[in-house]
Amino acid sequence: MRARTARRLSYDAIGIVVFAILIFPIYWMVATAFKPGRDILRFDPRWVPAPATLANFSDALSRPFFWSSVRNSLIVVLTVVAVSLMLAFLAAVGVARFGFRGRRAFVVMLLVVQMVPLVALVIPIYLLLDGFSLTNTLLGVIITYLAVILPFMTWTLRGFVANIPVELEEAAVIDGCTRMGAFLRIVFPLTAPGLVATAIFAFIQAWNEYIVAYVLLSDPGTQTLTVWLAAFTTNHGTDWGPLMAGATLTSVPVVAFFLLVQRHVTAGLTAGAVKG
Amino acid sequence: MCAAPMTTESAPAALGPRTGTLATRPARRRRLSVRAAPYLLIAPTVLVIAAVMAYPLGTLVSLSLQHYGLRELLAHQGTWVALENYRAIVADSLFWQVVGRSVLFTGAGVAISMVLGTLLALLMERVSGPVRLLLSGGLIFVWATPVVVAIDIWQWMFDYEFGVGNWLLSNAHVANLRHYNWFENPLQGFAIITALVVWGALPFLAITLYAGLAQVPRELVEAAECDGAGPWHIFWQVTAPIIRPLFLILLSLSTIWDFQVFNQVWIMLNSRPSSGYYLMGVYSYVESFRVDQFGSGAAIAVVMVLVLLVATFVYIRQMAQTGELDR
Repeated sequence: MRARTARRLSYDAIGIVVFAILIFPIYWMVATAFKPGRDILRFDPRWVPAPATLANFSDALSRPFFWSSVRNSLIVVLTVVAVSLMLAFLAAVGVARFGFRGRRAFVVMLLVVQMVPLVALVIPIYLLLDGFSLTNTLLGVIITYLAVILPFMTWTLRGFVANIPVELEEAAVIDGCTRMGAFLRIVFPLTAPGLVATAIFAFIQAWNEYIVAYVLLSDPGTQTLTVWLAAFTTNHGTDWGPLMAGATLTSVPVVAFFLLVQRHVTAGLTAGAVKG
Repeated sequence: MCAAPMTTESAPAALGPRTGTLATRPARRRRLSVRAAPYLLIAPTVLVIAAVMAYPLGTLVSLSLQHYGLRELLAHQGTWVALENYRAIVADSLFWQVVGRSVLFTGAGVAISMVLGTLLALLMERVSGPVRLLLSGGLIFVWATPVVVAIDIWQWMFDYEFGVGNWLLSNAHVANLRHYNWFENPLQGFAIITALVVWGALPFLAITLYAGLAQVPRELVEAAECDGAGPWHIFWQVTAPIIRPLFLILLSLSTIWDFQVFNQVWIMLNSRPSSGYYLMGVYSYVESFRVDQFGSGAAIAVVMVLVLLVATFVYIRQMAQTGELDR
């Protein structure tokens, strides 16, 4: 018994050390963001941000193109979320509720498409959109993100819809609902949690994406937040304080949302291999 | 097979597998509108994917068979050169270096993150409740960190002058790293990049594997313990075979993700990586957008996609075996 307790305690100790190592980079970002400049550029690091300052944040916010990047990111992300949610939901219902010829091919296609590297696709997409004069426009980025995000969203929503017993719908039809009515009253409300989860997922994906935005939006006035953040370092000598403040600000919405949907992302990628 | 991937509280999966779909019920007459319905429903999604994924993929292949430089870019018209681009890259020693480097980088990244992910999952199984909560909370925070942010953080941690990583390693007497530039030597630079990639990949792997471990029946482990099997034996003889399908899925996903690494190299080296840092994605990008040789850039990208197809095939086959594709 005592040996067992000792073993558990040592596992706990290892666990705490591992936690500290894992979380340290994030801690260091936040700590740096709150430090005054003289505490950042020190050979012997200052472990806690005391005295703390908000100067780095105000510096980051007043940098050129910060606010336009935030605005661009929001436009792109919100449009992508709204449109992709609608399209993915329709497709998910199609796959989960109907047996049809080509269904399996469609499902396999959804999975395969997710594995195509964007670095490879961005070359023809750039040329394609350039032909339509859609480079340096948010519309080009929005269309590209839609295609990137739709497969995973459809796949995930399909799982939610398939989990709603058909019998519920049939009962509603027997009680006098039309099929459309049964759908709107039964399937739609029951899928709501799934719709929220996938919407948040789309939000995170679009918010974090870098290479497509980097290639398509070369004009700083149209760039998104990740491109703005990545460009921070290209000037000789980096202002680490404002950069970490900007990085912290960029992470906040994503982290907040991610905490809500993490479980669903894991399940979607591994499907039946893990119980949800 | 198993319960739903997305079990929501409001949609109990416990009601058992669905026996059919509305459209295939014999009681229901198959009207034309019902038969057309699924196609109409998936049509918009198929259309978008076809236009922005499938069509460009086709363009990529045809681009790789053309000479497409700056002049062709302005004229929106390339010159057909058949397999010339492929012949050129195959004859180029830099290309083979890049392929070799990408394979090594992927192999190292996948191996390290899978081993650490498994160890972490096993650890999570053994720690007490509060520590487990702490660990999974930490993992989720790391997972949620945007890649670009993560790259900036690691760049700062290994800054040659004031990097806290350099300070820690120096003070632990691993090496004297004051004013040490990690990125002067690509091998050391890739050590940092690999650490960053592994750090970012660990949460998904560890959390998923932990969930997978929970599926191993307690009785089997106890029976093995009774028979005198050690922990090493139990892992390989009891646990591993049960989580094998999950392991294969994660292995193929990690391979796919690590082989296409671009951002970590590109941003880490301030958009100016030397050729010693080229991975497949970076090389293809530089050829296309820096050298303005879209044809040969596309050829490199096609090779990359073909390599990834192998891993994708393993992934799809494994997913099919879980029965998930037909639900």
